[in-house]
Amino acid sequence: MRGFFYLIKRDLTLAFRRRGEATNSLVFFGLVVLLFPIGIGASEKLLSEVAPGLIWIAALLATMLSLDNLFKEDFQDGTLEQWALSEHSLVSFAWARLFSHWVITAVPLIIVAPLFAISLSLPAEAIWVLVLSLLLGTPLLIFIGGIGVALTTGLKKSSMLLPLLVLPFYIPVLIFGASAVEVTAGGWSAAGQLYVLGALFVLGIALAPFAVASALKVSVSQ
Amino acid sequence: MQLEAQNLRCRRGPKTLFTDISFSLDAGKLLLVEGQNGAGKTTLLKLLSGLRRPDKGEVLWNGMSIRSANSQFNRQLAWLGHQNPLKEDQTAFENLSMLGAIRSRNERCAYEALQAVKLGNVKHKAVKTFSAGMKRRLALASLLIADTPLWILDEPQAALDKAGIALYEQLATEHLENGGMIIMTSHHDVAIDERFIERLILGQ
Repeated sequence: MRGFFYLIKRDLTLAFRRRGEATNSLVFFGLVVLLFPIGIGASEKLLSEVAPGLIWIAALLATMLSLDNLFKEDFQDGTLEQWALSEHSLVSFAWARLFSHWVITAVPLIIVAPLFAISLSLPAEAIWVLVLSLLLGTPLLIFIGGIGVALTTGLKKSSMLLPLLVLPFYIPVLIFGASAVEVTAGGWSAAGQLYVLGALFVLGIALAPFAVASALKVSVSQ
Repeated sequence: MQLEAQNLRCRRGPKTLFTDISFSLDAGKLLLVEGQNGAGKTTLLKLLSGLRRPDKGEVLWNGMSIRSANSQFNRQLAWLGHQNPLKEDQTAFENLSMLGAIRSRNERCAYEALQAVKLGNVKHKAVKTFSAGMKRRLALASLLIADTPLWILDEPQAALDKAGIALYEQLATEHLENGGMIIMTSHHDVAIDERFIERLILGQ
């Protein structure tokens, strides 16, 4: 457990020292959301209709873009080998890395999402559902994406492979996440969608680290 | 305490790197793996540490396979590949504490280990300001705070200057005198007392 907390602490310190890199996905998210009204026209009705899907797609893409370097650095400098050969299991390594990655990239995004939602004139009662759905959905995106990253870490070139690998698994998250916000904006209850997201969330964070750990083991043993 | 290799074979693609490698190493001994570039030294080290699986044969620690949970092999092992597992944006001390947290620790404090590798006065400097030799020394310092009898080191002297090499040899000798074991590769002569050294030459 000592190694686990050390690793989270290390990641957060490193992210703080490389603030420029860590804010990349936040900037990307903001740009996509802000460019949309310029592109499709600033009609309030239109924007409030597309807002749930738009914010969710932007969050999904921002998360996916940030994933690429999740394990690459640790793989290249040999830190991963150290973990694989230590008494700690790679599952705890995977868990710590994925969790700190979520804190670094997704939490800022969840914090600013309500502001963007207001600027896209999403109804106020849908905003807390948006935050809740992102809270459940973004860890899921990172934990599922982590499997893809771990599988492609050992490869020399992997630029387009990762999105192709993980996007199909992102679609259920996108459907339930965006539709939870949409039905709330339409005046209905989003309980069903949120329950499904919650179930996926529990499954994802409980099982994905095991898949990540075994994929990393394969990458290391090359 | 004994590490034993039985009939190890490793192929890479169509090429057989080595076959029938057998040896046994006791406490207080250093195994020096020699061979030309591409002879499979690093691969052999990876087999011995358990990173790779041999195509044939087995590695035993105290008579038990290193893969079995009972052997507690990973608890006894400190591995250092040819890269230094360091983060450029962290200081020497932070890097060392991280490496100390991964392996099982002995009682030596991290500052003392940094003093021992002559990095005491730069302990709070970021590693990105270090030269290649200083990084290697920092990586070697992580061995000093690890409570592991077996060190498997891939070219530990790479990038070190003469003083650094002498320092490494001194640290290695201390480890061997305390009953530790070392498996290492090297392209240079190693000035460690011959009574500790056993040699394994690959590619013959």
